[in-house]
Amino acid sequence: MTMIVHVDIVSAEEEIYSGRAEMVFAPAEMGEVGITPRHAPLITKLKPGEVRVKIDNNETLHFYISGGLLEVQPHMVIILADTAIRSKDIDEAAALQAKARAEEALQDKSGKLDYAQAQAQLAQAVMQLKALDKLRKRGG
Amino acid sequence: MAVGKEIRTKIASIKNTQKITRAMEKIAASRMRKTKDRMQATRPYSKKIARIIKHLAHANPEYKHSFLIKRDVKRVGIIVVSSDKGLCGGLNSNVFRKTLTHLSQWEKEGIDVDIATIGGKAAGFFSNLKANVVASSAKLGDAPHIQDIVGLIRIMLDSYNAGHIDELYVINNEFVNTMTQKPIIQQLLPVIACEIHTTLSGRHWDYIYEPDAKDILDHLLIRYVESIVYQGLVENNACEQAARMVAMKSASDNAGNLISELQLIYNKARQAAITQEISEIVAGAAAV
Repeated sequence: MTMIVHVDIVSAEEEIYSGRAEMVFAPAEMGEVGITPRHAPLITKLKPGEVRVKIDNNETLHFYISGGLLEVQPHMVIILADTAIRSKDIDEAAALQAKARAEEALQDKSGKLDYAQAQAQLAQAVMQLKALDKLRKRGG
Repeated sequence: MAVGKEIRTKIASIKNTQKITRAMEKIAASRMRKTKDRMQATRPYSKKIARIIKHLAHANPEYKHSFLIKRDVKRVGIIVVSSDKGLCGGLNSNVFRKTLTHLSQWEKEGIDVDIATIGGKAAGFFSNLKANVVASSAKLGDAPHIQDIVGLIRIMLDSYNAGHIDELYVINNEFVNTMTQKPIIQQLLPVIACEIHTTLSGRHWDYIYEPDAKDILDHLLIRYVESIVYQGLVENNACEQAARMVAMKSASDNAGNLISELQLIYNKARQAAITQEISEIVAGAAAV
């Protein structure tokens, strides 16, 4: 009987694959690695590339990942995949965008009265009315 | 017959409204199923990351990442997750109310707050409050991608690394069940000690690290924070659909009640008009 290892490929958004395999190939940062059952515990970062899961001699599954992390234990292999290609520059560009949006939202109130703003003011007014009601009850 | 024309048009217009609310209820129900599946699909990732971080922190007690160190709190950051659209009952107001309670408590303690908002409603609410909103992200839809919130999280993490804020929280609705959603606040940074520093059971063993443990720990802690915020976002989405479904259901029911009441009034008015007409005819005949 051939030995098998349990493989989980998960990303932050979904579980991509979960099942058994004879061997797993992954694009580690220091070069491609092949993991067989009873491999020593290992953690390494992954580069964008192809993960191959060899289920048996006839069937091999292919997954493309955009980087991530590989955890190996003797009886299981876990791949924590990133959902998109990540680099410092891309992250910083995204950060700038988020900041710009916040500033935009803050300055927007000069022109049209936003529905959410109106709702917020309504909520405040309701709270004030409630407070008044309470005071009145206490008084009368 | 001219009787109760206003009532009839009123009934017709309420019926139209009821059709709309009923359709929205059905749509929300089917979307809720999808968003709930998505919520469940995100759980394995953060669970697995948490386990590896725990192991790493345990295996390298001498290396302290800044995300694991507690500091004196002078300023905190909070990420508020809300929906983009309304008509979902008290969902967003509940989150905002809980946030405001925390804000006023921090104000009392003399702690400043930086706010990052996810979702259109939170952006509108907090900009109106003139709160210190440093980042925002909106219009993410039912199936948000983690890239959509990476920028926002990055701002908060940078500001934590620069020592600008000393703690980071995320607040969102928790999906208890279809009828109940309650706002919860979670501490992201520093990563809570009891979660990480508990001793692992069994004999001690360690991983082989490539390239090295510190690098991987840095990488993982960022992913961990991201995955928790992302999870909050998808959970809030499921809550939004559930809350909308319930709100629209009660709106349809209320419309039904209103219609039957109006129908009763209309029937009475019609009957009264007929009776009056008959008595007028009888009286007229008697006079002749």
